[in-house]
Amino acid sequence: MHIAVCVKQVPDTTEVKINPETGTLIRTGVPSIINPYDHFALQTAMGLKKLHGCRVTVISMGPPQARSVVQMGMALGADDGVLLSDMAFAGSDTWATSYALAKAVKKLGKVDLILAGMQAIDGDTAQTGPGMAQQLGIPQVSFCEKIDLDGRKLIARRLIDGGYEIVEVKVPALFTMIMPRDYVPVYPAFLETHASLKKPYYVWSAADIGAEPRYLGLKGSPTQVARIYPPQQREKAAMTGGSAQEAAEKILEIMRKEHFIAE
Amino acid sequence: MINVSKKCIGCNKCVPVCPFAAIQLIEKKAVINEACTLCGACVQVCPVTAIEITREEAAARDLSGYRGVWVFVELMEGSDKAGSPRKIRPVVFELLSAGRRLADELGEELSAVLLTDKNPGFEKELGAYGADKVYLVENPELHEYNTDIFATAIIALTHKHKPSAMLYGATIMGRDLAPRVASCLYTGLTADCTALAIKDGLLLQSRPAFGGNIMADILSPGSRPQMATVRPNVMKLAEPIYGKVAVTVREEIKIDKNLRRVKVLERNLERGNGGVKLEDARIIVSGGRGMKTREKFKVLEELSRLLGGVVGASRAAVDLGLKEKAHQVGQSGTTVSPKLYLSFGISGAVQHIVGMKASDVIVAVNKDPNAPIFSVAKYGVVGDAHEIAPKLIEALKKSKA
Repeated sequence: MHIAVCVKQVPDTTEVKINPETGTLIRTGVPSIINPYDHFALQTAMGLKKLHGCRVTVISMGPPQARSVVQMGMALGADDGVLLSDMAFAGSDTWATSYALAKAVKKLGKVDLILAGMQAIDGDTAQTGPGMAQQLGIPQVSFCEKIDLDGRKLIARRLIDGGYEIVEVKVPALFTMIMPRDYVPVYPAFLETHASLKKPYYVWSAADIGAEPRYLGLKGSPTQVARIYPPQQREKAAMTGGSAQEAAEKILEIMRKEHFIAE
Repeated sequence: MINVSKKCIGCNKCVPVCPFAAIQLIEKKAVINEACTLCGACVQVCPVTAIEITREEAAARDLSGYRGVWVFVELMEGSDKAGSPRKIRPVVFELLSAGRRLADELGEELSAVLLTDKNPGFEKELGAYGADKVYLVENPELHEYNTDIFATAIIALTHKHKPSAMLYGATIMGRDLAPRVASCLYTGLTADCTALAIKDGLLLQSRPAFGGNIMADILSPGSRPQMATVRPNVMKLAEPIYGKVAVTVREEIKIDKNLRRVKVLERNLERGNGGVKLEDARIIVSGGRGMKTREKFKVLEELSRLLGGVVGASRAAVDLGLKEKAHQVGQSGTTVSPKLYLSFGISGAVQHIVGMKASDVIVAVNKDPNAPIFSVAKYGVVGDAHEIAPKLIEALKKSKA
């Protein structure tokens, strides 16, 4: 069983601040991290590897510095790593990204199982995983929190609106992972990171994966960003302050006035 | 363009899967005829990847024949397979309300796409909320949602009728289905739009970007249909006009059982979100990073109980472990629109604000008079949440007594 795990390096969006005067993002000093959902996908793959002895490949697409998330995957136990890095990929939307990643998976040869986070915290689209599955012509199971392998069959628990489902699918298949409540992220120790530097690591260009340039980057992306702007500022609230007692009385008065409690 | 390469082994898997009977086996090779709509169902099942669909270049695509706005009609899953007819998910009516506006501006039709095993007359409700037409596929295989089956059907319908735009609810189902369709059609898809408009004949899609810290306007100029998903409770619901029934257009699409590659073994609809019903809540009492500890957060739970509300939390509060993820309000949690949204210690990152700004009345308590939450609140209270919340509980109890 060969598992490919797709990971993305993302800015830690919880650390992003906005310049109140210009309304623009303050990007300096924002740390880069592995997308948390992808981290869980990696750990899921490691769990399957432990039980069933699978081969695990980590794949990412990004600038050269995205090597760190691939390396982290290998430090956590993946057997090898691939970074798709080429100026031709720059500006890819979810369509072009899923096209490139699908091409890379094809180049890996016989991959039985593909895992990815349900979405990346910088884009929040949840589109790249299903897009890849379509490009590869394999079934997808999105928003999973648990996967068990039973021979060539996978049994997964996935979210649906208002509940969950247990589903079954044969390999090859693609799964996108949510983070279950009891999930604790594991980070590699220094020695594991050091040892992982000896594992096979490849950087592939667009040509290496046989991707057609017209489907890549900005040019190949069906969506275009027309404008980026700060969120709309609305009319300011009716403000009040004072002591805690006064504030509480005031809120009570508002709730009466707006008919949330009886007068 | 669709091509069958020499790799074809004549296994016959693609022939029954084709919804349009467009494939025949001739001399042990698959041969594709004119009935093909490039839906890709055969590509999905070919074990030797012998069938390939090559997409035309974006710039060279002829977009002139694409007209009309479509809305995908999501039905709620039943817990048993042979149960009573399912209900339309409320987000569909919100999408129709928004879609009506877009269609009027374009001077085109608004259509609903309904895939189901049985239609108990949904065209009445769909018409009341603005649909001119309902494209109905009625087939026993559509008794529950399945990614491959639904995607194949929608792809076939879009090839046949060429809509200019298509909207889906950004529900779990919509977010599973839409990217699959967009990927096959090589068309643009914008997730979680918070506003939709028409600009120079194109669908202008606005959404928060970069973790919800900034807004982006997105266009898909070179591909059709222009597709977007929209969260529940984001678009304003129009007043229904009962009596305006949408015209039903029946579509026959053959669905082969082999397309059902993912099988549902069990479905549980009760315990999904830990019983937290933020989406339909009338009152939400919500806490942020400012609540500091899990212990201190509990005061909001008491307040919420007193008001008959539901407890919400910001992403920061959830990340700090003050409250479970099921309570998260915002772009990456649940989008809400209660009558009253009472927030404590939430500064108001964009990603939070887009998830609650549709609330009727927002009352925000925060220490920082410049907190962005005050820009969406109707009433702002500058003060310490830890002191004010207990006093409010006290005052509420007194007023009830």
